[in-house]
Amino acid sequence: MEEFAALLDALVYTRSRNAKLKLLADYLRSTPDPDRGWALAALTDGLDFPAVKSSTIRNLLMERIDPVLWTLSREYVGDSAETASLLWPEPTEAPSPPTVAEAVDALSRMTRATVMAELPRLLDRLDGNGRYALLKLATGAMRIGISARLAKTAFAQAFDVSVEDVEEHWHGQAPPYTALFDWAAHGAEPPNADDIPLFRPFMLAHGLEDTQVDLADYAAEWKWDGIRVQVVRAGGATRVYSRSGDDISATFPEIAEALHIDAVLDGELLVRGAHQGGEEGGAASFNALQQRLGRKTVSKKMREEYPAFVRLYDALIVEGKDLRPRPWSERRMALEALVPQLDPARFDLSAVIAAADFAELSAIRERARDDAIEGVMLKRRDSPYVAGRRTGLWYKWKRDPLLVDCVLMYAQRGSGKRSSFYSDYTFGCWDGDPDEGADLLPVGKAYFGFTDEELKWLDRYVRNHTVNRFGPVRETDRSLVFEVAFDSVHVSKRHKSGVAMRFPRISRIRTDKPAHEADRMDTLRKLIRD
Amino acid sequence: MARDFSWIRPEPWGIHVVPADCWIDPSRPVDRALVTHGHADHARGGHGSTFATPETLAIMKLRYATEAGAVPVPYGERIALPGGVAATWIPAGHVLGSAQILLEHAGERIVVTGDFKRRPDPTCPPFEVTPCDVLITEATFGLPVFRHPPVEQEIAKLLSALAANPERCVLVGAYALGKAQRLIAELRRAGHRDTIWLHGAMERMCRLYEDWGIDLGPLRLVSEAGKGELAGAIIVAPPSALNDRWSRRLPDPITAMASGWMQVRQRARQRMVELPLVISDHADWNELTQTVVEVNPAETWITHGREEAMLRWCQLNQRKARALALVGYEDEDD
Repeated sequence: MEEFAALLDALVYTRSRNAKLKLLADYLRSTPDPDRGWALAALTDGLDFPAVKSSTIRNLLMERIDPVLWTLSREYVGDSAETASLLWPEPTEAPSPPTVAEAVDALSRMTRATVMAELPRLLDRLDGNGRYALLKLATGAMRIGISARLAKTAFAQAFDVSVEDVEEHWHGQAPPYTALFDWAAHGAEPPNADDIPLFRPFMLAHGLEDTQVDLADYAAEWKWDGIRVQVVRAGGATRVYSRSGDDISATFPEIAEALHIDAVLDGELLVRGAHQGGEEGGAASFNALQQRLGRKTVSKKMREEYPAFVRLYDALIVEGKDLRPRPWSERRMALEALVPQLDPARFDLSAVIAAADFAELSAIRERARDDAIEGVMLKRRDSPYVAGRRTGLWYKWKRDPLLVDCVLMYAQRGSGKRSSFYSDYTFGCWDGDPDEGADLLPVGKAYFGFTDEELKWLDRYVRNHTVNRFGPVRETDRSLVFEVAFDSVHVSKRHKSGVAMRFPRISRIRTDKPAHEADRMDTLRKLIRD
Repeated sequence: MARDFSWIRPEPWGIHVVPADCWIDPSRPVDRALVTHGHADHARGGHGSTFATPETLAIMKLRYATEAGAVPVPYGERIALPGGVAATWIPAGHVLGSAQILLEHAGERIVVTGDFKRRPDPTCPPFEVTPCDVLITEATFGLPVFRHPPVEQEIAKLLSALAANPERCVLVGAYALGKAQRLIAELRRAGHRDTIWLHGAMERMCRLYEDWGIDLGPLRLVSEAGKGELAGAIIVAPPSALNDRWSRRLPDPITAMASGWMQVRQRARQRMVELPLVISDHADWNELTQTVVEVNPAETWITHGREEAMLRWCQLNQRKARALALVGYEDEDD
């Protein structure tokens, strides 16, 4: 437990991703089984102890300290587990901390009837940091910025295996992941899980940039502006996974219910909706899809108003046959043969674009008006399906971004290595004619798109043009024009300007342009395509 | 016999000693000020005359160039004020020169603690428990979650981070008066003999401490450091410099901060601190409550900090208490 407590503490105070990876990898390498597996599960939200909840901690403390003093302390600290770890009496004897496995075992045996007597016995064996770690582990609310992806990357780094293999073997394994450690650390056979609806890591694309490819070697298809998903059916269960491998089946139950053939399919999740700007029966803009994202349960009304479907790109596995090593052209044939067997309300096929040559494809891309089209994908016809981004196999060729000229209004310091730089910029457009007294309305915020050199320059600019300070924010004298690039702009009730940009970034610093010549709200509103 | 202690009156801008027409730590200019210690929220310039320990007056002279009207009062010397009031400055253990002020009038004794701590500090004499009728105490860390660890443990944490990262430096944010010098003195006590590097804003106060006989060992300014000299070194800077442009010149600093607030993880994270050092110049919860018990006053008045919890504690322990709404006291960096 001391090592785990020290790890948690270090992770809390570490901001750099690489440093976090190193801390985790060192811990995983140096800690024996099964402690490291339990720790990994705790860090990635994989543990649940029904008898120990945040309210349990409060009740436990209320038996020992005046309720008013508890409430004042809890309010100040902001976290029940930490408050309790600080308030718990120091053990009178030298602490004899349990191992993580012992703690997990004891916690899992506790019931609502026994927890008030048993949890104190564990707490009495630990020092302050140990108590914090135990209570965090017990209640499952780590909130220390460790994503599942980061944990997997650290695992791969610890044992020098590929993160794709870790992703593949991870799913379906239960804590303390002994088979996973046996495979990675001791070279045993990887765990087998044919009958489990596992997530397979996605194949990703590089940006096309200035490359031109021969369409004899590459097939072109639309890149849809939804969210990339993998739909997996195995052993009688279906799962929908997001790009990061999170299970989002509950958010899109109509998709999970609709697949009845054992398969692993790659596609774009979209919602239908003519009223949202899409063609009849076609896909709506990303803004419409956003209504459905992030919900743990979905109302009937939601499902009817924003019905989801998956536009299929690829077939990884069909009826037990792993097609991933096969060329794209072969997988495409298998996919085309499969789609007619699927529920047409929930699945359709992403069309291949017929173009004689690159010039024609370029013209087709320019003409594309469908709001749900984000650009074009180019896939090498002989490419196997491999996890991650592999040079030369797949390219994405996005539609050119939209551009407006905005005026810098506020700047805020960044975090991590940018912590001393004013690197987050809020910019605005003129709400009318600035020469007749129109004001700026903030329309977006961006913190990338510039080089390190430009950042230094911008930092100096902000410091020399500050007119007001509000805590970490500086208001500038509204003298600098940014050319801001963004993918689309939508109506938004949450923003004062009434619009929200998608994926805004600083495209150029326009020191040549006077602020009053920056764009007006009208220009931006004309670009709305909801 | 009910007593109302009406000869002393707390006002939002200071504590008024009515018969002597003096103010303790006033936040606005007055004719006659009695000052507990040199921190800016307690010691301000512009008074007609300022009574304080010689150390505090030296600090005030350095920080605010106030010299006119200074009346030095050494620790333990009882002085007569107008209106039949006697005042004595008693060590508070907070920073160099810090004092509690004992006021006596008409057979009643009132002690104003100012800021204080109970732990040993190599840079100032220790707090003395002074029996009285009214204890006017601070409550900066007046919540039961605050239990400051032994300073040796925090110094060891700092030194081991330094040893584990010979290519980096440890940049410690510490309040320029008191915390910085105590930190340096504790590092020396732990056997650290290397040069400690200072932010420019630290220099004059460190020299002043040395003038008062406190040995801080070899000190140099960061601005004078040659290339490579700062790797593996400890640098002390005011907290405001931790994430500012100034720190860009340092070799991959490990950001540390020495403060009682560092006990709470989110507070440390908000300051972007990687190495929190729980070193405080204030009494923690146990010491605050223990002080009330030991002094055993008829009434406890609480000046600033987390007074609700202290009031509650007094209530639970059947002690008469009240909170004074004083303005202008800050606790952010300590």
